[in-house]
Amino acid sequence: MDDSILLAHGSGGKLSHELVEKKFLPFLANPALNKLDDSAIFEASGRLAFTTDGYVVNPIFFPGGDIGKLAVCGTVNDLAMNGAKPLYLSLSAIIEEGFLLSELERIVQSIKKAVEEAEVSIIAGDTKVVNRGQADKLFLTTSGVGIISPGVDISGANARAGDKVLLSGTIGDHGIAIMSQREGLKFSMTLKSDCAPLNKLVSQMLDISSRIHCMRDPTRGGLATTLNELARQSKVGIVVEEAKIPVKEEVKAACELLGLDPIYVANEGKLVAIVDPADADKILARMRKNRYGRDAAIIGEVTKEHPGKVIMKTKLGPSRIVDMLSGELLPRIC
Amino acid sequence: MKFIDEYQDSKLARGLARKIAQRSTKTIRVMEFCGGHTHAILRYGIRQLVPKTVEMKSGPGCPVCVTATADLDKAIALAHLPDVIITTFGDMIRVPGSYSSLQKAKAEGADVRIVYSTTDAVEIAKANPVKSVIFIGIGFETTAPTIAASILKAQQEKIENFYVLSLNKLTPPVMKALLDSGEVKLDGIVCPGHVSVIIGSHPYEFIPRDYGVACVISGFEPLDILLCIDKLVEQIEKGEPKVEIAYPRGVKPEGNRKARQLMEDIFKIGEANWRGIGIVPQSGLKIRKKYEQFDADKAFSVSLRPPREPKGCRCGDVIRGAATPLECKLFGKACTPESPVGPCMVSSEGACAAYYQYGIPENLQDF
Repeated sequence: MDDSILLAHGSGGKLSHELVEKKFLPFLANPALNKLDDSAIFEASGRLAFTTDGYVVNPIFFPGGDIGKLAVCGTVNDLAMNGAKPLYLSLSAIIEEGFLLSELERIVQSIKKAVEEAEVSIIAGDTKVVNRGQADKLFLTTSGVGIISPGVDISGANARAGDKVLLSGTIGDHGIAIMSQREGLKFSMTLKSDCAPLNKLVSQMLDISSRIHCMRDPTRGGLATTLNELARQSKVGIVVEEAKIPVKEEVKAACELLGLDPIYVANEGKLVAIVDPADADKILARMRKNRYGRDAAIIGEVTKEHPGKVIMKTKLGPSRIVDMLSGELLPRIC
Repeated sequence: MKFIDEYQDSKLARGLARKIAQRSTKTIRVMEFCGGHTHAILRYGIRQLVPKTVEMKSGPGCPVCVTATADLDKAIALAHLPDVIITTFGDMIRVPGSYSSLQKAKAEGADVRIVYSTTDAVEIAKANPVKSVIFIGIGFETTAPTIAASILKAQQEKIENFYVLSLNKLTPPVMKALLDSGEVKLDGIVCPGHVSVIIGSHPYEFIPRDYGVACVISGFEPLDILLCIDKLVEQIEKGEPKVEIAYPRGVKPEGNRKARQLMEDIFKIGEANWRGIGIVPQSGLKIRKKYEQFDADKAFSVSLRPPREPKGCRCGDVIRGAATPLECKLFGKACTPESPVGPCMVSSEGACAAYYQYGIPENLQDF
C-alpha cells in the first residue's frame, strides 16, 4: 500500500523534518532554501511587487496541470500582470491526514517544473498537517516577490479612451477542463487547462513597448469579470466584439451543452492587456510569437462613453451589456 | 458542420431579420415560453434585430421561478429534518422562501447538496444508507424523464433511502391557463425546444385551433430563434395559425416515445401550484401509488407556516408576461443577482436575471 501523510508529519518532529528533506528539498533546492533558516534572505533593489494567493482547486489533478503548477503559475502571473519580473516565491502546504505521499511527490515535481519554466525560486516554505476532513486533500498558498523595471507603470486604473484591448488567446480552457473532471459532471474530452506562467510573454511585450497601460489575467469570473474590473478601476467604457474573442471548438461545444457563456469561464494562462493604439499591432505581433500568445487577438477598445460599463457587439451585430459574474457558474436545468 | 457557428452566422441572421421586416405589416405580440430562449434572445441582441412591429414578451418557462413559495418552504422544512440530505439543482438553493432559503438552511447546519443530475442524488443515497436523501424534483417535461429514471433505478437497486419531492410541471396546461386568463393578448408563441424534444409538436395543437394563436417550436441558437420568429410572422400575416417545428434537428412531431413512456410509468398527472399563476389543474406530475415509497410527500410530514411573498416583488407578474422586469420597482435596486428578492433574479433562466445581465433591450440602442 502507498504511504500516506500522518498527523505526525505535522508535529514539528522527526517526521516533519523527513517530509521536508525528502519530499520538498530534493526538488526545490536552491541556496536560500537549503539553509533552512527561519527566514530566507535575498538582495533586491528598486521597485518591488509583492502578492499572495491560496489554491484550493478540486480536483487537485486535472488535464493540463495540477494544484502545484497552478500555485506557481498563479502567483507568477499576478506579479507579471503589474509588469514585475517574478523572482522569489514562498510555498505553504496544508495537507489533510491520509493524503498519499506519492501524490504529494507528483505535485512537488510539478511545482519544480513550473518554477524552472518561470525561472523563479521557492526560497521559503512551510508544511502543516490537519485532521482528516479539516482540509480537502491539499491546500497550497504561494506568495511572490518581483522587481519592476524603471519606467514601467501598469495598473488597472491606467486605461484611456482610444486604447486597444488585447487578449492573449482562447478563453475558458481551464474552467471547462476542470468542470469535465468534477464529480457528477464528468464528460470526456481532450481539452487541457491553459495553466501556464506568463512572465516571459509579459517581458517580451514590455521589451517592444513601454505603452502597455493595464494587464490582468482573467482567472475566476472569466474575461467578462476582468473587463468589468478594468472599466470600473479606470473609469472608462470598454467595447468588445464577440466575434473576435478566440474560443476553442471544444469549449464552445461544452458551453452550449451546459448553458454557459465562455466569457465567464476561468482561465489560468491568459492575459488581457490594454495598450496605446499606436503600439497595439506590434505588441500583438510579438505576443503571437510566444507559445502562450499564439492565438492573441485585438478584441476591442476603450471608450469615453458609458464609464464603468462593458458593452459587447454580439456575433449578430446588436450590442448588449457584459456584466460581472454573479454567484457561481451553474449548468442550466432545462 | 460543427453545429454551433453555423447557427450564429451574422450574415444569415441579418438576412433573416430583413426577411422578417419585409414580411411584417401588422403589429404583433409573441411570447417566448422558455427561459432559455429569453436568455438567448437578450444575449445575442435579437430584440434589436427584429422590426418594431414584433413585440416580444418573456413567459413562465423557468423551472426555479415557477416553483411556488409554499413548495420551496416545504423543501426548506425538509432540509431541517434530522438525518436528511437534500439534493437539488444549483439555482434552487439561492431562492428566498417565505422565511429562509436552502442556502440559509445549509449555513445553519442542514445537509444540502447541489447535484447536476438526478442519478447523482441516487448515488448519494447509496453512499449514505443511514440518511434519507430527498431530491427536489423541479422542471418541466425536460427533467421529468430523468427524475422518473432515477426512481426506477432506486427501485431496481433496492435503494430504500431515496425520495423525490415531485414539483415537476407540464407545459401545455399552463399555456392553456395563460391563454384562458386573457391577461396578456398573444398572437404567437415561441414554443420551448427541449420540452418539445420530449413531448413533440402534437400537444400544442389546441392552441391554434381553440385560441387562434400561432405556435412555432424553436431551438436555442440565434438563427433558430430568428427562423422561428419568421415562421410566426408568416403564419400571423396570412391569418393561418398552426403548429410548426423550426427545430427539426431536435424535435420530431411525436417527440421521444421512450422518455414519455417512462414519465407515464412513474408519474400521474395532477394539479400543480405555480408561482404567480396559482393552482393549475392537470399541470403537475405526482408519483404513482406503485412508487409511493419514493414519494417525499408521503414519507415525511412537516408543519409549515402560511407562505408569504416578498413585499413589492413582481416575479408572479413577470412569470405571466403581465409585467416586464423593468416594471418592478425592486429591479436592479433592492433586487440584484447578488441579493435577489425573487426567483426571477436568481435563476440562470429567469427573465429578471437576463435583463440585469445583458442590459435592457430598450435602452441598448444608444450604444
